[in-house]
Amino acid sequence: MDFPGLFNYWIVIALMMIGFYIVISQGNLVKKIFGLNIFQVSVFVFYISMGKVEGGTAPILAPGFATYTNPIPSVLILTAIVVGVATMAVGLALVVRIRDAFGSIEDDEIAKLEGDVT
Amino acid sequence: MINISLLMIMVATALGLVWLRNLLAVVMFSGIFSLTAASLWVVLGAVDVAFTEASVGAGIATVLGLASLALTRTEHEKRTRVFHLPALIVVLVTGAALIYGTLDMPGWGDPDAPIHTHVAPRYIEDSLAETGVPNIVTSVLASYRGFDTLGETTVIFTAGVGVLVLLGRGRRYPVANPRVAAGGGPGRAPAAPGSEGAAVPGDSGEMRFKAILRVGGKLLIPPILLFAFYTQAHGELGPGGGFQAGVIFASAFILYALLFGVPMARAVAPASVLRGTLALGVLIYAGVGIAGVLLGGNYLDYSVLAHDPVHGQELGIILIELGVGITVASAMMTVFFVFAGQDPQQVD
Repeated sequence: MDFPGLFNYWIVIALMMIGFYIVISQGNLVKKIFGLNIFQVSVFVFYISMGKVEGGTAPILAPGFATYTNPIPSVLILTAIVVGVATMAVGLALVVRIRDAFGSIEDDEIAKLEGDVT
Repeated sequence: MINISLLMIMVATALGLVWLRNLLAVVMFSGIFSLTAASLWVVLGAVDVAFTEASVGAGIATVLGLASLALTRTEHEKRTRVFHLPALIVVLVTGAALIYGTLDMPGWGDPDAPIHTHVAPRYIEDSLAETGVPNIVTSVLASYRGFDTLGETTVIFTAGVGVLVLLGRGRRYPVANPRVAAGGGPGRAPAAPGSEGAAVPGDSGEMRFKAILRVGGKLLIPPILLFAFYTQAHGELGPGGGFQAGVIFASAFILYALLFGVPMARAVAPASVLRGTLALGVLIYAGVGIAGVLLGGNYLDYSVLAHDPVHGQELGIILIELGVGITVASAMMTVFFVFAGQDPQQVD
């Protein structure tokens, strides 16, 4: 196995774990959402890396080219990116509402306030 | 080796995100992260994805992040807890398990990997003859996997509705008479910007008086709109299509709103119209499917739409890409206007 080998996939895992770490260890809700975004992009890197063919060009048919990158991961990820930003908007909207209701976007402060209520 | 350098930049940016406490910097780093990812997609041959990532990840997501920082009035995280032992252990164990899982995967770029030998060769060999569209990503997206894309368009529609439900009511920006207010110079009284100095996208109180920004922005808007139409129309032949075109179209309006204020942009694209077009795009998409059923084909089978199956496919792809473009553009504009139209002063 020559160098790039599985390198891309290991980087994917590193990125995914960084995102995961932000989501579980950080208390700020906005930061959590951006951590989730890193997690999401790591999955995109995984798909697009799998779609790469050695020596392949972009998947647009043209005379003179025989090897193309696999188009399927592109299709899946293209829509996932737009869906990702749409869901992120919903997440941020929820954070804004949480700020309205609790006056804080730190999860331990919110938990304390919720404890007071119940 | 560009591939590896870009991946390393992404890892460095992501690690930076863990350390940063300033949330404004977090949003900016996230934008850099997305832009690097977009370059990586180009290197890996996924040009359509790069196009989308650059406009969505680096553009719209950053604007939304800034808007929500302004609305939550936070600039800094409360404390740094960079080193969190239980989380670190969970992450390391999960990461090790995943790395173990990659060990029997085919090498990167291996043309004989299972992913390249299943259905992909058929798309590459037959899609031009079957759909008449040279961009394989477009033909797979719009025709072969049309159901999937219909679902995703519906998700975007639903997200637009969700943001409207969460933030659309109540604290509205006062839109008394934007035309008069804008014509009358300083007559428009924007809500005073939050004193913490985070960027308030909807608040152009400062930007309106910067002549260079205003004139430069004005000059940019027509080419951006034209480019959006080109991306929409050219999606069958080159990189592009409804998703990208919709986002680029929306970004022209967002730029306009940043320069001249949300009320002015809302006068061009009123909320009622946007709500209609948000649904219209999905309806066009679903309607093309129903038209196919009425003409005797399967749902989303475009071959029956014209006398010649290939022409039918082309027609169907153009129509549903149009539907996707309309919904994506309306959703992005709706989300931006709702975020930017909030009055940060009334949050408390």
